[in-house]
Amino acid sequence: MSASPNASAGAAPPAGSTAWTVAGIRRALESRKVSARELTKDYYARIERENPRLNAFLALSPDRAYSQADAIDAKIARGEPLPPLAGVPAALKDVLDTRGTETTAGSRILKGYVPPYDATAIERLDRAGAIFLGKTNCDEFAMGSSNENSAFGPVHNPVALDRVPGGSSGGSAAAVAAGLAVVALGTDTGGSIRQPGALCGVPGMMPTYGRVSRYGLIAFASSLDRIGPFASTVEDVARVLEVIAGRDPLDATSADHPVPSYSAGLDAPVKGLRLGIPAEYFAEGLDPAIRQKIEAGIGLLKQLGCVPTPIAMPHTAYAIPTYYLIATAEASSNLARFDGVRYGLRVPGATLGEMYRKTRGAGFGPEVKRRIMLGTYALSAGYYDAFYLKAQKVRTLIKGDFDRAFQQVDLILTPTSPVTAFRLGERTEDPLAMYLADIYTVTGSLAGVTGISLPCGKVCGTLPVGLQVIGPHFEEGRVLRLARAFEAAGGFEL
Amino acid sequence: MAVEAGCYNFGLAMARATQEASSIPPEVLARYEPVIGLETHVQLKTATKIFCACSARFGDPPNRNTCPVCLGLPGALPVLNRRALELAVKAALALHCTVEERSRFARKNYFYPDLPKGYQISMYELPLATRGWLEIEHDGKTKRIGITRLHLEDDAAKGMHEGFPDSDRNTYIDFNRGGVPLIEIVSEPDIRSPEEAHAYLTALKQILLYTEVSDCNMEEGSLRCDANVSVRRHGEQNFGTKTEVKNLNSFRYLVHALEYEIERQVQTLESGGTIAQETRLWNVAAGRTEPMRSKEYAHDYRYFPEPDLLPVHATKAMLARVRAEMPELPAARRARFVRDYGITPYDAGVLTATRELADYFEQTVRAGAAAKTASNWIQTELLRRLNASGEEIAASRIRPEALAELIALVERGEVTAASGKAIFAKMFETGKPAGRIAAEDGHRQIQDAGEIERACREVIKKNPDQTAKYRAGNEGVFKFLVGQVMRATRGQANPQVVNEALRRLLAAK
Repeated sequence: MSASPNASAGAAPPAGSTAWTVAGIRRALESRKVSARELTKDYYARIERENPRLNAFLALSPDRAYSQADAIDAKIARGEPLPPLAGVPAALKDVLDTRGTETTAGSRILKGYVPPYDATAIERLDRAGAIFLGKTNCDEFAMGSSNENSAFGPVHNPVALDRVPGGSSGGSAAAVAAGLAVVALGTDTGGSIRQPGALCGVPGMMPTYGRVSRYGLIAFASSLDRIGPFASTVEDVARVLEVIAGRDPLDATSADHPVPSYSAGLDAPVKGLRLGIPAEYFAEGLDPAIRQKIEAGIGLLKQLGCVPTPIAMPHTAYAIPTYYLIATAEASSNLARFDGVRYGLRVPGATLGEMYRKTRGAGFGPEVKRRIMLGTYALSAGYYDAFYLKAQKVRTLIKGDFDRAFQQVDLILTPTSPVTAFRLGERTEDPLAMYLADIYTVTGSLAGVTGISLPCGKVCGTLPVGLQVIGPHFEEGRVLRLARAFEAAGGFEL
Repeated sequence: MAVEAGCYNFGLAMARATQEASSIPPEVLARYEPVIGLETHVQLKTATKIFCACSARFGDPPNRNTCPVCLGLPGALPVLNRRALELAVKAALALHCTVEERSRFARKNYFYPDLPKGYQISMYELPLATRGWLEIEHDGKTKRIGITRLHLEDDAAKGMHEGFPDSDRNTYIDFNRGGVPLIEIVSEPDIRSPEEAHAYLTALKQILLYTEVSDCNMEEGSLRCDANVSVRRHGEQNFGTKTEVKNLNSFRYLVHALEYEIERQVQTLESGGTIAQETRLWNVAAGRTEPMRSKEYAHDYRYFPEPDLLPVHATKAMLARVRAEMPELPAARRARFVRDYGITPYDAGVLTATRELADYFEQTVRAGAAAKTASNWIQTELLRRLNASGEEIAASRIRPEALAELIALVERGEVTAASGKAIFAKMFETGKPAGRIAAEDGHRQIQDAGEIERACREVIKKNPDQTAKYRAGNEGVFKFLVGQVMRATRGQANPQVVNEALRRLLAAK
């Protein structure tokens, strides 16, 4: 395992840097130290070398990648201005539609499916000059916290190959952590960006609901799904976010809210920021070693002039059942379209009903079936009020916790995950234990707010800890500013 | 289809769908009161589909008008067509509904190949509009039928079960219709007979056409109807158990199916049975309603709010915009025609049957024709010929101004009424102006007193016997003599001038 992604790279990053960044690539391209094609080739070489061990990529798209790279190189040759992510090798979670590249959502039911269109976020990355290396592995339909629910085998955590990368965006997190991509897109429904970010030791951000268009994101739970970036640095997270964010007429739930330049605002002072520390997130179940790192992280921020403040978020305990009712209810409906009629897998049957049963029986994995059944039950006549409706009411209460907290404080700090990366297979027999891996992340998902997971040191020398910074709706700039200060002060290596 | 072909001139009373059902003695049937509510699905006249930018046009080659959204491809999302919302609001206002300030789309979940997303996007617990009414006319009386609710939803695609070499094994799907905007209009159970149901659908269709909300083309499926039917003893307060009858896709089927279903329920009750609450399908070929297999309808639709769409807010600005484009509705127009033009309520009813016809009438009057005369010409000549030729009034070659010109020629006595009709026929065929036809075909009335007098003298000379009889006091013979003059002038002499001249000449001797 190569800890330094560029150690053996053909196209070495500029001197003094440990890895390629968006700005570093731009400088290298402009000074013609490297071409986009060379860079792309180098990343494919790394993927070829590393992916067999990691299983982070499900499909590669060299045709598109090289044509994107050549377009950038042509611009450089003509002396034209470069778009904001020019030549940046990117990995894309396989629940995001990519025109011409197989998109399976980690499911057998979509094996071989090639979308005719790009998701809006993908299209915006494309226009910004990024290079699409390929599609990353994930839990089937983004349902899982360990990547073990992928129909195409689990992803191995680059920091310890016998451990999970987290999920569901495990492939994207692992690709960035292993230096197989400079940036990656993931999706987060209950923690699926933040938790693998924590377990793989890279920053991963969940934007506010409505900040990034969901058009072309294969839906798991429509009222919770977000698309967000992974990168090695906070600056690069900001650079990707400012490209993909903003109103999209194709997504009615995307917000018509101005998109500031997140990267330009990163270095504004953080002194005086009030940081809410909710006691509920430091209770039983939190690994003491993680607690220690998080407290050290908070201590570091205090040294930077931030003001930690204890706050109460009394409805936190209800978040997991609430989340699993709402998410599964929506999923049971969202996954109805995978019926063998128009695309994807079809297993023939003597009758229509038999075709449906056989197709869905063979196409979906056990966790997806479990959630479809849970969600179907929660929406059924006679149970709707007791389950779905009640869950929506509790969701409102949880959102109220955040609204009240943000009247007192500017940001909220919590651990991202109660545990570090666990061993493959360790939790697969106990779905409930697996669901509890999301205990600190589902709250922000339900509330619709924004959050980032930042590396916050390692335990046992190798296993990364994640610090979660949660901000109010559309305050990504504030979250990123604190994240940048934390990073600059050495917080990642605590 | 045999039923369809044989029934062009059907009257409501003749519809007796089956032998079996009509075996109930009328006096037994009369002891029961039917209770009927209608659910009508109406395709809106938008250029594009309800949740995507695909064309909503009917009749294009299969699957021409599709995109990731209406094919239910992974990742695609719906966005509400603003015009569809406006047309639905327009229909709601025309039906005196309260447009709710906030309504919400919901998902109706079920599996079927014509339903690409696995759910229909409809409205459920918060419909767009509620509590309206519609006035129907039946048996010379008017009656209000309540509208429970009106909401928006997307149409399903169309299964194509026939016409392919492998149709015995495979069904094809045409997604052109999938995602076309629909409104569902649910009536209160205020309808008491198949005839009232017919009147309700007629009035509803008229309003939807007037407001240009839909083209209401039942053959193309843009107006479809299901009925909830129960019967109870007259005087009974509680409703009986209802059945839902589907597939009533013409006015004829609606009446047939209701009559059948009412008689079936009465017969069941009379023979000591009970009505099963079920969904039944009108079998056109067999002429009866049949229970759908329970699998086909026993759904738990698991409705829940559609998370991909925001709640719908009917803003004041939007309501004002829709009100501004609201035309005068049929009832108001009927009343105004009676009041302003002094025509009978019956005539007003005929002339306001469609917006185009009413416009035609008013344009004719505006071009100078007297209202009653215009009304007569339109009803007796124009509508008769349009019916015979199967043409729409919009396609008529006689424009209102041209009709007014013809009426003026007759009124001024320049052509006779008989010539007027002949000229009309020619205008209808050729579209030529009345004056030109009158001149070309020699229809101009003979006004010249000298010429008429010459003709009269000629007739008196040729008919000495009749002349003598008249002079002896036999008034009846006068008509004969007038007829002879008219014949001699090929019907073109002004009858009044003929009368005068003849009397004068006969008296002179």
